[in-house]
Amino acid sequence: MTPPTPSAAAPLEVTDASVETSPLPSTPKGSDSRSPGRLAWTRFKRDRTGVISAYIVIFFIVIAVAAPLIAKLYGKDPYTTYASQNPDLLNAFSYPAGPNGGMSSQFWFGIEPQLGRDVFTFLLYAIRNSLGIAAAAAILTTVLGVLIGVTAGYLGGKVDYLVGRVIDILLSFPSTLFFIAFMPVVFGFFVAPDDDIPTSLRAISLIIVLSFFGWSSIARLLRGQVLGLREREFIEAAKITGASPMRIVFKELLPNLWTPIIIQFTLLLPLFVTSEAGLSFLGVGMIDPTPDWGVMIARGAQFYTEDFTFMLFPGLSMVIFVLAFNLLGDSVRDALDPKSKR
Amino acid sequence: MSDTTPLLDVSGLTKHFPIRGGFPFPRTIGAVQAVDGLDFQVATGESLGLVGESGCGKSTTGRLITRLLEPTAGKISYRGQDITHAGRKRLAPIRSEIQMIFQDPYASLNPRQTVGKIIAGPMEINDINPAGGREKRVRELLEIVGLNPEHYNRFPHEFSGGQRQRIGVARALALEPKLIVADEPVSALDVSIQAQVVNLLQKVQQELGIAFVFIAHDLAVVRHFSQRVAVMYLGKIVEIADRDDLYGNPRHPYTRALLSAVPEATADETPARERIRLVGDVPSPISPPSGCRFRTRCWKATDKCASEAPPLVQVEGNKPGHLTACHYPETAETVPSPRLAKDPEAAA
Repeated sequence: MTPPTPSAAAPLEVTDASVETSPLPSTPKGSDSRSPGRLAWTRFKRDRTGVISAYIVIFFIVIAVAAPLIAKLYGKDPYTTYASQNPDLLNAFSYPAGPNGGMSSQFWFGIEPQLGRDVFTFLLYAIRNSLGIAAAAAILTTVLGVLIGVTAGYLGGKVDYLVGRVIDILLSFPSTLFFIAFMPVVFGFFVAPDDDIPTSLRAISLIIVLSFFGWSSIARLLRGQVLGLREREFIEAAKITGASPMRIVFKELLPNLWTPIIIQFTLLLPLFVTSEAGLSFLGVGMIDPTPDWGVMIARGAQFYTEDFTFMLFPGLSMVIFVLAFNLLGDSVRDALDPKSKR
Repeated sequence: MSDTTPLLDVSGLTKHFPIRGGFPFPRTIGAVQAVDGLDFQVATGESLGLVGESGCGKSTTGRLITRLLEPTAGKISYRGQDITHAGRKRLAPIRSEIQMIFQDPYASLNPRQTVGKIIAGPMEINDINPAGGREKRVRELLEIVGLNPEHYNRFPHEFSGGQRQRIGVARALALEPKLIVADEPVSALDVSIQAQVVNLLQKVQQELGIAFVFIAHDLAVVRHFSQRVAVMYLGKIVEIADRDDLYGNPRHPYTRALLSAVPEATADETPARERIRLVGDVPSPISPPSGCRFRTRCWKATDKCASEAPPLVQVEGNKPGHLTACHYPETAETVPSPRLAKDPEAAA
């Protein structure tokens, strides 16, 4: 998993050390130069919203990556039903006995109604799983979209026409409906109808379905960009010197496409986090014993009238994450492409 | 002009861009006849100027010679070698000998590459390893085109238009070409910078003996730079001659009209030069006029011009190598000059 940290957002800058020593945008002197990537990084650092959002996003990513370590230090896991070991934790109606959903020094975020699992570790692993699936889907989608879009744009002609029509068809699908409809189809590919569906297969199916319906918009965007770029004179200059198509695509075109690719990726990831959670909420994604943002919110929705705290933690954390990531995406776009209007 | 094998020999070069339309099954319904049967030669070390107004096919010609476009018909020979339809592999050895300088210095340099990478790119592609390494050669080239070699690691956006065009020249020189096609290399630059770049190109041409096909619409620039000049109109060469011959003794009405349109700084006392105003627009290259293509705007067109396309030949009174495509070539007397007409009154 390569989380989109701000350093990934500005890929061309190598190190920010020299920028930090000269915070003012001074004219380059001697042989030091300011690459487009470094200029974008300087612009990004001036954007307070973007920097704060970046810190929040990094915080979530660190939590997701370090979830097992944190759980170990905390001394609990998300699967054990602590209430069965200590029945005092739940009251007669199977709701947390303590105030605020049973929040205490032992159970920081309280305990789950009925089963009595630990909310804190469950949320940690939920963030880990949801982010992992969304990031994998976003990376796969971006790679697919870039490959197909650049190919269609660069080759043009019949290939472009064919890909264009496929994209039209995919974009015309009501995606949420098709996610729900296609998940059982994908399961059917791998598992006999009566067998249990392993958790890993659920995750892989989610990634496949999200990517399958997601690549088309990126592909269309990049196709347009390539169509504009390939008539530029620097591409012709490369052709005249005898450059191979591979070299033109990778050395001349792709470096100029990083901006839209990164922008699309940063906008796609929060979208996939919510989609994945939505599918799990509806019961077609991850299912209960597996910690997941959607699963947690679905569980919380069952009890929210009696135990609001249990719903609060997954809901609030998800809103904060998606909001921060979207704001980060906007800031990254502003930094990389300052001419674009909001 | 060239008795031995010329460096570049173009004959009957034609490029038609098909227009596709129709529903539901698109088909070719016409063609833009951008270039229609060009014949010319470029000798080693010679500079041929290609002039004409916008849309007459100058740039298309440049792109055909460098094989960015596939010719519809005709033949392009480089040093006697037919390269008209050669593929990328077959072109590879010739690619390094024919280079191009582009019009727009803001579009012709990859914004994501440093100057060093841009200039070293052609050497990298053709696997050329100059003595002392590519970086040393790039620094040399930067010095040749009048840039600071220390700017090796800078990006194009840190340079001005004129400097960028110098980078473009350095890139074209990187492969030590024999022929450079310069597609309006100065028309996007400030007038004050134009002269510098033209002088640089002239220095390069003279010192390195590189032949040029210099495409421009500015007659003054071409006059300064080219030994021979071809005038194009609607995809055809209407007149080709040595520089002094063409500027001093234009035989085609279109050439004469173009020359008369060059603004000239004259003192008030000298009588105003005769100015030929062409009426109307350039006809559409989709359906060019029959016969002579210039006849719709020519003041002495006759029925013969409509029915018969004039060949590009050495008309009577031309020096050798001065070819004109006109049935009724100009002489000093054919156009009543306002100056001459006014003279008797002034005398009276």
